[in-house]
Amino acid sequence: MLNDNFTTALAGLQANKSRSALTILGIVIGITAIILVMSVGQGAEDLILNQIRGLGSQTVIVEPGREPSGPSSFAELFTDSLKQKDVDALLKPSNVQGVKDLTPAVMQVVPVTFENETIRTNVIGASDLIAKILDIFPREGAFFTDDDIRQKASVAVIGSEVKNKLFGPFDALGEKIKVKGLTFRIVGILPPKGQVSLFDADDMVVVPYTTAQQYLAGINYFNAIMIRAESEDIVPRVVRDIELILRETHGIDDPDKDDFHVTTQADAAERVQTVTGILSILLVSVAAISLVVGGIGIMNIMLVSVSERTREIGLRKALGATENDIMTQFLLEAVMLTALGGIVGIILGAAFSFLASIILSRIVALG
Amino acid sequence: MALIEVKDLEKTYYNDGVATPVLRDVSFTINEGEFVAIMGPSGSGKSTLLHILGFLDEHTTGEYRFDGKTMNDYSKEEIAHVRNKKMGFVFQAFNLLPRTTVLENVKLPLLYSGIKKSMRDELALKAIESVGLSHRVHHESSQLSGGEKQRVAIARALVNKPNVIFADEPTGNLDSKSGQIVMEFIQKLNEEEGHTIILITHETYTAEHAQRIIHILDGKIESDKKVEHRHKARDHFKK
Repeated sequence: MLNDNFTTALAGLQANKSRSALTILGIVIGITAIILVMSVGQGAEDLILNQIRGLGSQTVIVEPGREPSGPSSFAELFTDSLKQKDVDALLKPSNVQGVKDLTPAVMQVVPVTFENETIRTNVIGASDLIAKILDIFPREGAFFTDDDIRQKASVAVIGSEVKNKLFGPFDALGEKIKVKGLTFRIVGILPPKGQVSLFDADDMVVVPYTTAQQYLAGINYFNAIMIRAESEDIVPRVVRDIELILRETHGIDDPDKDDFHVTTQADAAERVQTVTGILSILLVSVAAISLVVGGIGIMNIMLVSVSERTREIGLRKALGATENDIMTQFLLEAVMLTALGGIVGIILGAAFSFLASIILSRIVALG
Repeated sequence: MALIEVKDLEKTYYNDGVATPVLRDVSFTINEGEFVAIMGPSGSGKSTLLHILGFLDEHTTGEYRFDGKTMNDYSKEEIAHVRNKKMGFVFQAFNLLPRTTVLENVKLPLLYSGIKKSMRDELALKAIESVGLSHRVHHESSQLSGGEKQRVAIARALVNKPNVIFADEPTGNLDSKSGQIVMEFIQKLNEEEGHTIILITHETYTAEHAQRIIHILDGKIESDKKVEHRHKARDHFKK
């Protein structure tokens, strides 16, 4: 009997081919939109996460202030809490085991000038170990040395984009640039690398952190301490050790009163996932609205179809159809429309997602 | 044996508190194998009566027994089953499914009767043959003439071998020649196959093909008489 109802419903749909096609259009668009949005969202998330992981999953960053819980509280408190004594304490192997490389960092956005060309860029005060942590080594020249750091030397390593903007095709190594009015000598030029975690490695100038502290920022604290652990496995232990040591040096008993926070790549990845997750939900719900509208379209058409076919219903009843038969027939029509729309939507959604993935990977490759 | 027993039947429509009596005090009995015409001008209540007889509508008071049972003796499902197995309907407007072939139309009642798929074509083809339309089996209903459409409807009505065929103005939409052919088949079904036929019409000439005529006027039976000089549809052609 169900088989008969199926045949009847199919015949009903075939009798109204164009109307059936238009009805499923809403479902097709809805399903396609949801699949496309979800897969592109997932793809974008993976892309960002890959970039974050590019910094290396062994990297740990200590920043002053409590972990930001909202936009307004962002690093407002205790911005000056990380000092040289913290760096010294963290460097002692007896305090924190498994630290491979460590550099304090001072970050500023300031004007950088060569002759008549001025740009604003990130100037990062760090030690030469930042090269290992960010995994980026000069293609020309070399990083400054420990001596330079001790002597607060005015030397700089520049990113590839800074080089292009200020010097164009000309040689930059050994040239003098002005950073915030002070003269620095270029000792190294970095190769193009792109975004590495929170840094645009192409658009930055690295100077000794001592120089940055005293001459550029005029501060005696650091904006961050970057650490590379010996392996990914020991990162949680390193984080715990860092927290214990810093609490000790800062005289803090209650972890809730920490004046610093430690971020790992896993944390950063998690944060990105939260953001992209919210974004995905938002986009998917917008797409879901179109699916709901598609469903309403089917309801509407079925309503029209039922009232338009009262004659047919009456006839079928006179010929012995039960109310169940009639209901099954119309429900099956609706189900078949929806299923067909769903299948077409899935195929289209997959096709468009595939296209989007090709386009996205092109863009990323170019960028 | 009495197939249809109607006793003191009344039907009143209520619309916004206004009662409109349509049938009053209607009583008659129809035996199996009879050919009865129910006659009356439009608005006399004859179509309402047919709907009640066909279990398509409920009456207000009185009693109606079909095959010994009232409508209340059946569940909704069983009523559908009775309509499917024991009753056949022929309508004035043919009521064939559009964009559907003759065969599919005639098979429609079999769809609801639980008959095996393999049997259906055979039964339907037999019914189509009995109305002389074997050459039209795979035509769509819209490609047929009015008379042919009505014959398809008759084939559809008798495919399940019902006890009674209700024909509601079957010639009303047809020219006189097509109407004659349709009446010929209806008469043949009664005389040769023994089907009980209840024919609704407002034309005296058509009604006189039956054995008996029940006249209805303003919802009441005016007369219930045997037909003295029956028309034989086949004789019509011999003239």
